[in-house]
Amino acid sequence: MADRATRAAFGPTLIELVKEGMDIMAVDADLAGSTTTGQLGAYDPSRLVDVGIAEQDMVGIAAGLALTGRVVFTGSFAAFGTGRCLDQIRNTVCDTNLNVKICPTHSGVTVGEDGATHQALEDIALMRTLPNMRVLVPADYYAAAAAVRLAAKTDGPLYVRMGRFPVPEVYDETFTGGLPFASVVREGTDLTILACGLEVSMAMKAADSLAAQGISAEIIDVFSVKPLDEDVILASAAKTGRVLTCEEHSVLGGMGSAVAELLAEKLPTPMEFVGMRGFGTSAPGDVLLKHYGLDEVGVEAAAKALLAR
Amino acid sequence: MPATITERPSTKELMLRSNEMRHDIITMLEAAGSGHPGGSLSATDILCALWFSGVMAYDASDPKWPMRDRLILSKGHAAPALYAAFKQVGWVAEEELPTLRHLGSRLAGHPDSRLIPGVEVCSGSLGQGLAISIGIAIGLKIDQERHGGGLPHVWCIVGDGEMQEGSNWESLMFGAHRKLENVTLIVDLNDLQIDGHVSEVNSLGDIDAKLGAFGWDVRHIDGHDLDALVDAFSWARGHTGGPSAIVCDTVKGKGVSFMEDAVNWHGVAPKKDEAERALAELDAARKTIESEA
Repeated sequence: MADRATRAAFGPTLIELVKEGMDIMAVDADLAGSTTTGQLGAYDPSRLVDVGIAEQDMVGIAAGLALTGRVVFTGSFAAFGTGRCLDQIRNTVCDTNLNVKICPTHSGVTVGEDGATHQALEDIALMRTLPNMRVLVPADYYAAAAAVRLAAKTDGPLYVRMGRFPVPEVYDETFTGGLPFASVVREGTDLTILACGLEVSMAMKAADSLAAQGISAEIIDVFSVKPLDEDVILASAAKTGRVLTCEEHSVLGGMGSAVAELLAEKLPTPMEFVGMRGFGTSAPGDVLLKHYGLDEVGVEAAAKALLAR
Repeated sequence: MPATITERPSTKELMLRSNEMRHDIITMLEAAGSGHPGGSLSATDILCALWFSGVMAYDASDPKWPMRDRLILSKGHAAPALYAAFKQVGWVAEEELPTLRHLGSRLAGHPDSRLIPGVEVCSGSLGQGLAISIGIAIGLKIDQERHGGGLPHVWCIVGDGEMQEGSNWESLMFGAHRKLENVTLIVDLNDLQIDGHVSEVNSLGDIDAKLGAFGWDVRHIDGHDLDALVDAFSWARGHTGGPSAIVCDTVKGKGVSFMEDAVNWHGVAPKKDEAERALAELDAARKTIESEA
């Protein structure tokens, strides 16, 4: 199967859930075509509310719909669908603990040519600090479908981080994920690479290259960034004694920070962080992954730096 | 059949209820030692007319009755006024009043739906209630289309300073766009915000014209005239074709002379002697109401 974007799983999964009898609605902010919530609207127009370019209104209306007993997904791009409406997510959705699923797409630097304004690099940090909010970062199409399904079936607020950039398949249609959930996708002994989103594929490629050089990397997909699957992460850190985190997100406050908080408390371990250290810029997504050291070359270099400490 | 008010009560009965609400607000705030008297007292008659006129549908024996009208107190700092109404509905006990803002109390500084049935949603961060109201109104209309039955109404109370929040104007556009006849915006136009008079900080200008231009059918009334409030709410409850707005001229701190139109009483609780003076004024006002026919 050709590479597919995680967002491609969003709309079709919502339709599946409706067909299974769930009272699902989506609220989008003029990006229904891009996020794929438009597919739900095409299936049943009464299930999509498009508020126009008004992200605060999007989240407030989603909250109101949830108060009438529905499971409601929001859209927009991650840059606008988390930051622009953070107060609504914090004070209305999370404080009231509503069944609103924050599911913008177009996260990360691979949004590409649109540039820094459109590249959400702090969304995991914003969402994971909110009480009651859970954070899922799917690594491929199947993980995204599972994440959307899990969000629908789990009471309360969840954030599902999806992207536009096509990514290789890591899983197949049997993947279900969980809360918490982290999976060892490649076993190893010399260091642990914790990755989320498309960085799982980058880490897998880096692991092949490292193996050719005699370095055995264990790769773990951190599917749920909040809550963390502590047992899986701690077991691997105890085994290898070195932890590298890789995410298409700022190194401040994201998955790497969450892991650092866990390890600092329970098992202090030397760490390195692959991630963004400032705003992105305008260029094709694959060019940016290479430029910012987020591709397999960058991951391999960070792994070696960690081993050299 | 829900346990609610079926006949329009006399003006005198509403005035007595409103006076009792003000009395309870002062009692709560004095015990709390903090809170918002000004905006609670300006919204008291609005809340009194909603809860006790028979216009707003609810079941006093079941705060979660599915066909209830929804009240969203977007200006959540007026929580004491809401709790004072709840006491008369039967959802808050008299002895709970002095626990306002205390650890373990259900009476939080701003309304908290996790603590107290009857509060629909946590509110207090301004500019959010109208979007929530519109979401509820859409959901209720879909329910009616799918299952038939009546259409509950959504009442959203905002402060005039709160209308400076841009998010409200997003919601105003969309409420009109969706022609939501089951939502009413109530503006508590007391002309005061923390930094001074609204007209001096960032004037709303001609708020009626602005709401009208956004597609809302507007009535402008005296927000302390209980008859006018009940009439306006009845009009809004039967409104068709699109959303309605009721702009209420109010006085911040209404009912307590030294709090009226005084910016320093926005977020300061009365001390013991001040509370005693306020309660004495309210008791005198009550005697006047009782003595009238």
